[in-house]
Amino acid sequence: MSAGPLAGWRHVWACVSVAIFGLTHAAWADDKRASLVPPLPEYTQECASCHLAFPPGLLPAASWRRIMDNLPRHYGTDASLDPALTRKLSTWLEAHADTGKRAREQPSDDRITRAVWFVHEHDEVPAATWKLQAVKSPANCSACHTQAEQGDFRERNIRIPR
Amino acid sequence: MRNRFHPSLRAAALAVLVVAVAPAWSAAPSELLQGYAAQAGTATSPQRGEQFFNATHGKEWSCASCHGTVPTQAGKHASTGKPIGALAPSVHAQRFSDAAKVEKWFRRNCNDVLGRDCSAAEKADVMSWLIGLKP
Repeated sequence: MSAGPLAGWRHVWACVSVAIFGLTHAAWADDKRASLVPPLPEYTQECASCHLAFPPGLLPAASWRRIMDNLPRHYGTDASLDPALTRKLSTWLEAHADTGKRAREQPSDDRITRAVWFVHEHDEVPAATWKLQAVKSPANCSACHTQAEQGDFRERNIRIPR
Repeated sequence: MRNRFHPSLRAAALAVLVVAVAPAWSAAPSELLQGYAAQAGTATSPQRGEQFFNATHGKEWSCASCHGTVPTQAGKHASTGKPIGALAPSVHAQRFSDAAKVEKWFRRNCNDVLGRDCSAAEKADVMSWLIGLKP
């Protein structure tokens, strides 16, 4: 079969489709920037003294509500705040909570680290790594996600301590 | 060179400056300590404060579990591992400079360590020890 006038175009289209697939796939794989929402200053101030200011989009609103209703008994510590500030942070967290497909799951104990997606994303991390002094807890995102404080969980910014 | 401002004007400017800066002074660690000591009505003891800080009080954690036994150095949260800045004001100037913040953390942390509020005397003892620590 001789190359018709459209053969060249077919080639161009093939390249374009590959390029489009490549770009969207790369964007999907690399879009682990959980918090593009600028954090409320009070949220960082009050919550990040003890742990990372977890991006609100990592839990559904119902989980945040239960967490904020129980601050005096917060995973083994008293994290109580005055009522006005508690309300303000609750409203902000619920407004920016996860609403996507993942939000159908309310992880057990309202822990981000118990969510099915979290366990799946971390299934290649060896058990010994979790026990390292520098890691200690799966809630210690910054131990490996070097840009976690900026809400950036991308693969390229992971450094697993030894 | 002659000063352009009349002495009384300079005095007034100084007075304004003193008033403007006073709120920061009023929250100096030593003044907060005096407040707790006055409330306690007993003499404070840095030695007692050190013992209190390093001992457990019927629960799993002591103050030192998170703040370390040498509070001129950074501590580490006992469950999350997050670094906690040094508690000694000689190292970390913002420590004990904001009365509301100090009360908030005593309320939370005393509940975690003792399962109750700390008394004014206990707060004064611990603060007097921390304030006296040199870098």
